[in-house]
Amino acid sequence: MMIGFQRALWGYRGFILGSVKREFQSKYRNSLLGAAWSVIQPLAMIVVYTIIFSQVMKTKLPGTDTTFAYSIHLCAGIISWGLLAEISGRTLNIFLEHANLLKKLSFPRLCLPVIVVLNACLNFAIILGLFLCFLIAVGHFPGWPVLALFPLLAIQIAFSVGLGINLGVLNVFFRDVGQLFTVMLQFWFWLTPIVYPVAILPEAARSIVQAWNPMAPLITAYQDIFVLGQWPEWGTLLMPTTVAVAFCILGLRLFRKRASEMLDEL
Amino acid sequence: MGSITVTNLGKAYKQYASRWARLAEWVIPFSKPRHSQQWVLKGISFTVNPGEALGIIGINGAGKSTLLKMITGTTQPTSGSIHIAGRVAALLELGMGFHPEFTGRQNAYMAGQLLGYSMEDINRMMPQIEAFAEIGEYIDQPVRIYSSGMQMRLAFSVATAQRPDVLVVDEALSVGDTYFQHKSFDRIREFRKQGTTLLIVSHDKQAIQSICDFAILLSGGTLAMHGEPEAVMDYYNAMLADHQNQTVKQVTTESGKTQTVSGTGEAQVVAIALLNKNGTPIEVVDVGEFVRLRVEVQANAPIKRLILGYAIKDRLGQVIYGTNTDLKRQPLSNVPAGAHYQYEISFPANLGPGTYSVVTALTSTDTHLENNYEWRELALIFSVINLNKYHFAGLAWIDPTISIQEV
Repeated sequence: MMIGFQRALWGYRGFILGSVKREFQSKYRNSLLGAAWSVIQPLAMIVVYTIIFSQVMKTKLPGTDTTFAYSIHLCAGIISWGLLAEISGRTLNIFLEHANLLKKLSFPRLCLPVIVVLNACLNFAIILGLFLCFLIAVGHFPGWPVLALFPLLAIQIAFSVGLGINLGVLNVFFRDVGQLFTVMLQFWFWLTPIVYPVAILPEAARSIVQAWNPMAPLITAYQDIFVLGQWPEWGTLLMPTTVAVAFCILGLRLFRKRASEMLDEL
Repeated sequence: MGSITVTNLGKAYKQYASRWARLAEWVIPFSKPRHSQQWVLKGISFTVNPGEALGIIGINGAGKSTLLKMITGTTQPTSGSIHIAGRVAALLELGMGFHPEFTGRQNAYMAGQLLGYSMEDINRMMPQIEAFAEIGEYIDQPVRIYSSGMQMRLAFSVATAQRPDVLVVDEALSVGDTYFQHKSFDRIREFRKQGTTLLIVSHDKQAIQSICDFAILLSGGTLAMHGEPEAVMDYYNAMLADHQNQTVKQVTTESGKTQTVSGTGEAQVVAIALLNKNGTPIEVVDVGEFVRLRVEVQANAPIKRLILGYAIKDRLGQVIYGTNTDLKRQPLSNVPAGAHYQYEISFPANLGPGTYSVVTALTSTDTHLENNYEWRELALIFSVINLNKYHFAGLAWIDPTISIQEV
């Protein structure tokens, strides 16, 4: 089943890459500054958080001594959360959004989530690049542990797209799914140690969050890399990896089973 | 390459009583089906051999689009199977997926990629696409400033840049100006000569008869007829006429007055036919052919003065010509109840190619305002085709003699 999907997608690589390029271009097409906006937005975010938390509020993270630690902690969490939110949030609506195309033209449907993932990765790469520049500028570059980003991102992307496809298919039949997910995402954000360090949670809450929230170990791992310059604790990533693989398999199965019914419903 | 085999094809949509019923069916294990199936297409079987052209005819809602969607692979059949050998190209939704902000060239690339072409393929085809579309400088302008005709030119050029083994054409093709219509039809004919199998959906009798080897008629989701295009087309027209009568009857009984047939009913047209010079009823008339319009009128009550009027309207409802027996000084007086008359109206069909309808009126005077016995819209529909005259434009055939002198 995987081989079939891969071959179909490979045959349409031109369409996929072209769409990614066009989507990126179309976002800034009629603006004067063009692609510069894709840099300005995340840059503003980093600057704002740094100024507010490290300069204005003088927030200190427990167990660290630099003034930048908290803003790095916050940025590391928010930009990687942003990747999840973009991939799953867009895959959720992908079939509804392209209903016309799906109904009228015959092409491998899975191109659509792939395009979403590549686009999100492109946006993320820009933000990450800026963030790394910022880290170098403030003398806080984590060094070799930065390589741990690759496996972390692989797990997170698989998790996000697996979740997104499941929800995306369900959303065609039950629009409640889309509404519900937006609501859940709010709760989920605050149940993940992004704004606060996981250490400040009471023991009972911390173990629940770490055992049941696949994003918690991932975000913690990013923060370990960027704030502490440490390699992540690989053992904690077993749970997110398992969930990610399970979501992807479930998602593909659900998609295969419901693909034709889905088209009738669109 | 290019053969199509459709076996016992059927498509049903699931209908659930409510969204909750669907959820229940999904989540409750081993639950009985909670949906009913609504069949929109059932038991369709036919074969098209490589290089043949098949016409698909049917009224709106007969299942034509569903059939095409299954053939092009966008929708999966519920029962039966389709086997197609070779690459299928569809001219169904031209310009689908065009992005208004991007230039024509960029959109052409994207449309090509969506058809599965690689970048190199499109690079190679691009000059020819540009040349065929004939939109000139506009190719590098955003599609949002294109006219719909220009969009359609570009979309057609991309869709047919490479000869497919099977080409599916929907009547949407009639968009665009006549020049491009002719050009695109020439290209389709050229493909056909080179061995492309054609599938055409159309209401256009001429298109079906001039291109297709066979035709199928879909009615209510089933295959009503399969045979020679002309025979199928006639059957279809008869079916349409029947259909129209039914609606007429329904509407008159319910509301008493309708747009289609109105009047007090003292007299009525009981039969109407267009005959050629041999007296055979026809539906297709050659430009300039001598025809007779035969109208049979029956009086249901004694009528002091009876006038028959008629008019020929074009497909947009504009009257091309109309007159009546009052203007022609041939009124009937003191008509007894039950009387039956046959009018024969002879004239040359000096009309341009197209579809025309005949409206009839039975009145007592020149206008139908005073005593309107019966007013019948669409009493008869016929088409005019140009068999042997020079090509000309317009609704009337006013053949000139042209003399040219050098001065």
